[in-house]
Amino acid sequence: MIVTERKEIEEIFNSIKGYKKILVLGCNGCTAVQNVGGEKQAEELALLIKLKLGVVADFSSLLRQCERELVAEELSNKINEYDCILSLACGAGVQTVAELFDLPVLPASNTMFIGSHSRELSILQEKCIACGDCILALTAGICPKARCAKGLLNGPCGGQYQGKCEVGGYTKPCAWVQIWERLKKQGRLEIFKEFRPLADYRKSSSPREMRWEYI
Amino acid sequence: MNSRLMNELKEGKFVFTGELEPRKITDLAEIVEEAKSLKGYVTACNVTDNPGSNACFSSLVCSYIVQRDAGVETIYQLTCRDRNRLALFSDLLGACALGIKNVLALTGDHPSLGDFPEAKPVFDLDSAQLVYMIRRMIDKGEDLKGNKIKGEVKLHVGVAVNPNADPLEPELLKFERKIKVGAEFAQTQVVFDIATIEKFFETLDSLSIPEIPILIGIFPLKSYGVAQFFDKHVPGVKVPEELMERMKKASEISDKKKRREKYDEINLEYFSELIKEIKKTKARGCHVMAVHYVSMIKALIEETRG
Repeated sequence: MIVTERKEIEEIFNSIKGYKKILVLGCNGCTAVQNVGGEKQAEELALLIKLKLGVVADFSSLLRQCERELVAEELSNKINEYDCILSLACGAGVQTVAELFDLPVLPASNTMFIGSHSRELSILQEKCIACGDCILALTAGICPKARCAKGLLNGPCGGQYQGKCEVGGYTKPCAWVQIWERLKKQGRLEIFKEFRPLADYRKSSSPREMRWEYI
Repeated sequence: MNSRLMNELKEGKFVFTGELEPRKITDLAEIVEEAKSLKGYVTACNVTDNPGSNACFSSLVCSYIVQRDAGVETIYQLTCRDRNRLALFSDLLGACALGIKNVLALTGDHPSLGDFPEAKPVFDLDSAQLVYMIRRMIDKGEDLKGNKIKGEVKLHVGVAVNPNADPLEPELLKFERKIKVGAEFAQTQVVFDIATIEKFFETLDSLSIPEIPILIGIFPLKSYGVAQFFDKHVPGVKVPEELMERMKKASEISDKKKRREKYDEINLEYFSELIKEIKKTKARGCHVMAVHYVSMIKALIEETRG
């Protein structure tokens, strides 16, 4: 999922300064799963804005803010009375809403990464950098582009000690040691020994677009 | 071969290399003097490339000036941290024109460890891929896309390997990839004890890693402070307790001259013994990294010659 984090409240207040009628818009996709930007959080934020800034702040939420037709259908009749939308969605959601309407759409969250979550460990971890060239088959299902601080294709580097990475003070695991451990366990160490050629960064060069052929 | 380093390694000589570390300077006079004083002792000197991810004087320019003004062959350290494949390629062509003979292909520390932690890390290539690129330039006279380079690329490419790595196996399998794409020599991370070195060579053998000349990195300790730094802040690098103890005792000598002499005595004794032990292994030389401790480098080389 797309992992987001709500901005500091001062930054949000600063960005909506001068607006009198605000629609706080939650997204019930990824960000709701994390309890960061769903309907409940939109309601709480709207209340806070009302109390602290004394302006009109209503809330609403959509199933997904990143789906253009869905956003248009749900919001077109609602937004006329507002002078700005404060979106709790990820960057993709904010931009989709902003494309559709003339009024300012402001982000209330920072989009962090594509990751997974563990309730048990209370942790969200980056897992994928959306490189457009998946190599997980060669790396035992652990992505070094996302999980190695240097994004190396031929790791580990000299910066690991006891399987921990020097970046961050030896607190996080070295992805390449994890890859080695898992491939060894699976009896696939031959794959580890292979030299990985240079990446083609055109596949991840912004702005990316593709034809949607699955409709 | 036009590289003195490679010639001496080929002849089977036990080779010493030194290290020069240009920092935030615009004048290389001191570095050139340091290199001059190592002349006749070391075969070549590494020149560091933004060591520890701290922005410093260009390793390429320093490598060239040291060769020109001190007459000491250099090993130009080149990291992937700050340059993409275009910049690496053009610096390497520049190195050819400047008469650089040896390149040490390194991944480079992460910028977050240095004085500009906010910087964008490049790592377009890693060290193995850099070796691959350099060997294409040398062997085929081509860039990565097969475009011809006009003129010869007379470079020799070395790599780093860390005998202290824990676990050691993935480090050595990575080393193997670098050898397979054409690394010609290796220099190791600092090691303080012979047991680590012996285990390193044994593991290389047991994994059937192809052999290339390996120079073991050693670091004479100019002071107790330096010893503490290694012991505490370089994970995996363990200064033997006995040596730490002796350095600590020496640090308590109040007379500066006598303290210095004691440090020298300890280092000479400990490291000449270590070098003698290293000579019994498959190591083909020592990379002595004691920057600003030239007198000790010279003394150690004198002591262990022959």
